[in-house]
Amino acid sequence: MENIRYDLITALPEIVIVCMAMFILLADLFLKSSNRIAIYVLAQVTLLVAAYLTFSTHTPSVGYAFTGTFVDDAMADVLKLMIYLGTSLIFVYSRQYIQLREMYRGEFYALVLFSVVGMMIMVSGQNMLTLYVGLELLSLSLYALVALDRDNARATEAAMKYFVLGALASGMLLYGMSMIYGMTGSLNISEINNALMGGENVQSVLILGLVFIVAGLAFKLGAVPFQMWVPDVYEGSPTAITLLISSVPKLAAFAFIIRMLEQGLHTLAVDWQQMLMIMAVLSIVIGNVTAIAQTNLKRMLAYSTISHVGFVLFGLMSASINGFTSALFYIVSYVLMTLAGFGMILLLSRKGFEAEKLDDLKGLNQRSPWHAFLMLIVMFSMAGVPPTLGFYAKFTVLQAALQAGFLWLVVFAVLMAVIGAFYYLRVIKLMYFDEPVDHHPIQAPMDMRIVLGVNALALLAIGLMPQGLMELCSYAISKSLG
Amino acid sequence: MVDYFIQHILSFSIWVPVLAGIVVLATANDSKPNVTRWLALLGGILSFLVTIPLYTHFNFADGGFQFQEGFSWIPAFNINYHLGVDGIAIPLILLTSFTTVIVIISAWEVIEKRVAQYMASFLIMSGLMIGVFSALDAILYYVFWEAMLIPMFLIIGIWGGPNRVYATVKFFLYTLLGSLLMLVAFIYLYYQTGSFDITAYYRLPIPLNVQVLIFLAFFAAFAVKIPMWPVHTWLPDAHVEAPTGGSVVLAAIALKLGGYSFLRFAMPIAPDASHHLSGYMIALSLIAIVYIALVALVQKDMKKLIAYSSISHMGFVTLGFFIFNNLGLEGAVVQMVSHGFISAAMFLCVGVLYDRVHSRQIESYGGVANTMPVFAAFVVLFAMANSGLPGTSGFVGEFMVILGAIQVNFWYAFLASFTLIFGAAYTLWMVKRVFYGEIANEKVAALKDLNKREFLILAILALLVLALGIYPQPLTDMTNATVTQLLSHLAQSKLPASLPSGL
Repeated sequence: MENIRYDLITALPEIVIVCMAMFILLADLFLKSSNRIAIYVLAQVTLLVAAYLTFSTHTPSVGYAFTGTFVDDAMADVLKLMIYLGTSLIFVYSRQYIQLREMYRGEFYALVLFSVVGMMIMVSGQNMLTLYVGLELLSLSLYALVALDRDNARATEAAMKYFVLGALASGMLLYGMSMIYGMTGSLNISEINNALMGGENVQSVLILGLVFIVAGLAFKLGAVPFQMWVPDVYEGSPTAITLLISSVPKLAAFAFIIRMLEQGLHTLAVDWQQMLMIMAVLSIVIGNVTAIAQTNLKRMLAYSTISHVGFVLFGLMSASINGFTSALFYIVSYVLMTLAGFGMILLLSRKGFEAEKLDDLKGLNQRSPWHAFLMLIVMFSMAGVPPTLGFYAKFTVLQAALQAGFLWLVVFAVLMAVIGAFYYLRVIKLMYFDEPVDHHPIQAPMDMRIVLGVNALALLAIGLMPQGLMELCSYAISKSLG
Repeated sequence: MVDYFIQHILSFSIWVPVLAGIVVLATANDSKPNVTRWLALLGGILSFLVTIPLYTHFNFADGGFQFQEGFSWIPAFNINYHLGVDGIAIPLILLTSFTTVIVIISAWEVIEKRVAQYMASFLIMSGLMIGVFSALDAILYYVFWEAMLIPMFLIIGIWGGPNRVYATVKFFLYTLLGSLLMLVAFIYLYYQTGSFDITAYYRLPIPLNVQVLIFLAFFAAFAVKIPMWPVHTWLPDAHVEAPTGGSVVLAAIALKLGGYSFLRFAMPIAPDASHHLSGYMIALSLIAIVYIALVALVQKDMKKLIAYSSISHMGFVTLGFFIFNNLGLEGAVVQMVSHGFISAAMFLCVGVLYDRVHSRQIESYGGVANTMPVFAAFVVLFAMANSGLPGTSGFVGEFMVILGAIQVNFWYAFLASFTLIFGAAYTLWMVKRVFYGEIANEKVAALKDLNKREFLILAILALLVLALGIYPQPLTDMTNATVTQLLSHLAQSKLPASLPSGL
């Protein structure tokens, strides 16, 4: 009885969100469309309650629930809080956009909340099947969300592409897991680790399994050479959904990688380090170089995401506490940056007009100096120029890689960062140096303006005082892995 | 109160202009640009006044770091907000805050679009550059160093000439590439010493092969900034496209960031590599001095000519650094300060003409002295200073460097003094073509002489150029102790007794 109580309390945030998602779906049926704001408020409150529950039950120690399939440690709690925060921002930024595009329905909020639950399960999964179920819950919600705007042909195409390729990746992941299971006789992450430490194993089967797992994960992260879906899906999806796909799920994918590769397959670190290294280098090169050629802002940000993922892998491949901490710091910074970046696109969009071309940013400084300034911060942060958060993200990752002895890779990454700076500078050039072509006043609700302002200024503020976020990441990793 | 101010004077010097810039931005009102202008001028003057006690409270006998202050900034990486200045940094800080005032005045009615953003950019950049000169923590330094690129990028890009986008992106990427390599060197040193404290780097023994790599990483950052041949090509582009104020700050201060950083980082951290590679560095300096002077000779664009002349003059600075003697080093510092005044004045003079005729081409002018006699007098003075006439500040630094060079090798001095001839040739030839002879066209005939604002800034600069040329003692007194200490540090080998585990 004690056990069940502990289990339920540990998973209470997930349970609350699932219940609320279903309630929202039902309540939507009985609401007049003019009262739909209630659904929005309800979704925000749900996240707030979940955040309170996660925060108040937090302990630095590691606890296992549901017979060891579900773990509650510092990393899980920190990542979950970040996921709530990110999702809450997504709700704020997307409200007007989906209102204007016939997507302002209960389904949107229910599906996003379901995807949040999927992410939370990925973050807390301590069993390969749990992890997989979490991932599928996330993915299926996302497929549906991409296609939510039913009459939008581009979105439907993107959803199809995303679904087919995503299913393939899930299959690979599952196949890899089955090999690991075959060799170790367990699905539980800790038991897999123990089995690998102790017993004699057929190395070739393990490596083959590892390759499939890494490939599956790389697909979900969008790392080269599994990146093909990223630009198409980013571009095709309604921007509100792109905002979701590009941001918080990366946090969950990070946790998935830590759970799977570090906690489960630590003994194979030498092998997965090499794979991550190759993917990191390729992602940084292809992401940065291809981004230069883009004329579509969403596509450009998609390629920029690929290069950011490369930098995250750079931190992960160090396979040390320092490396994981830096990767976590990078991915949290990335989420904050990408939320502000896509938030800005949403802000500039209006009924029947998507501000997704790079040229749509032309002369923004003359239309609205304040928003141009915010976008300037976001772009310099993505380029990694101090005193913005993005600089410290790059800095921590590079120092971790240098500590691990990858001097020449670090020099290489630095050169690529210069190439990357070029296309971010181009955005600033369009905003500041060019004359505006679009003279519509910017229409956005006040709450969105304020939150977006805080979000972008946070990139500068945390850049000036990065200690707090660094400590948080270091706390999350050292308490969970140390 | 006064004590508190003196203890934190460097913080005030950095943050007063930054804050002033933010205030100017926040109170911007496009319909009342004059309010913005006066506010910016007030902020600039205040920022300048704040830096004055650095001179009056300076201990001239101490060659180490003074006015130190600090607190723990990012404990996770042992990064501190640690400030401190020596006798080399202070003249450059004063130069920075002074130049900012000049720039604000010079932009008064010239800049008409987005006045607040223009003024704020310069104020903020001034604070950031003072930060570069006073940071004693490598990451703090790096943050200031990179952050100052942002306002400069905007200044050239928004208010620049027709080809401004190319110039400003080139400027940004060139500098970024170099500085990122420097960042890698900092991280490497962090893992050797456990901190980003610059003085800890000074004490760290490093094997020669590693020193060479570290030196090259720093070289990538600083040689671009100074700029040395052959990575100088961004400078003429940036200068030509930048608005007058941007050119002034670029030439007067931004180039000195590179020179200063050689003395602060590359040389004391890797002294053996500096000696080891000094032959190459001297060769590059001499190429800059002689070859770039010849390039300047054939320029048709006045701004480009002055830009090349800057590169050539900065060649003297690096030459002075790498001959490792007292005269050379001190002369290089004097040359940096003096070039700050002269190049600023030269670019302002071109600005005066450009505002009236909207052309920088030499061939658009001729006989300007007939219509603008007062202005012509100033220009001749600055031109003389630029070519190193005794009695002007341009003479002192170059003369000291040449004297220093002759102690090392006659031919270095011989080649370097050649520039005095070339320098006189390209500067005076330009003056002749622009100012003397017949009045070339009706645009020149319609020119009006200097207004009060222009007269004021040029007069101040002229006084400074003469003062420094006739009586450079206050400046050399300031740098003397620091230069002596630096040279004795450079003379000691930092090679470890036994080789540690290398890279």
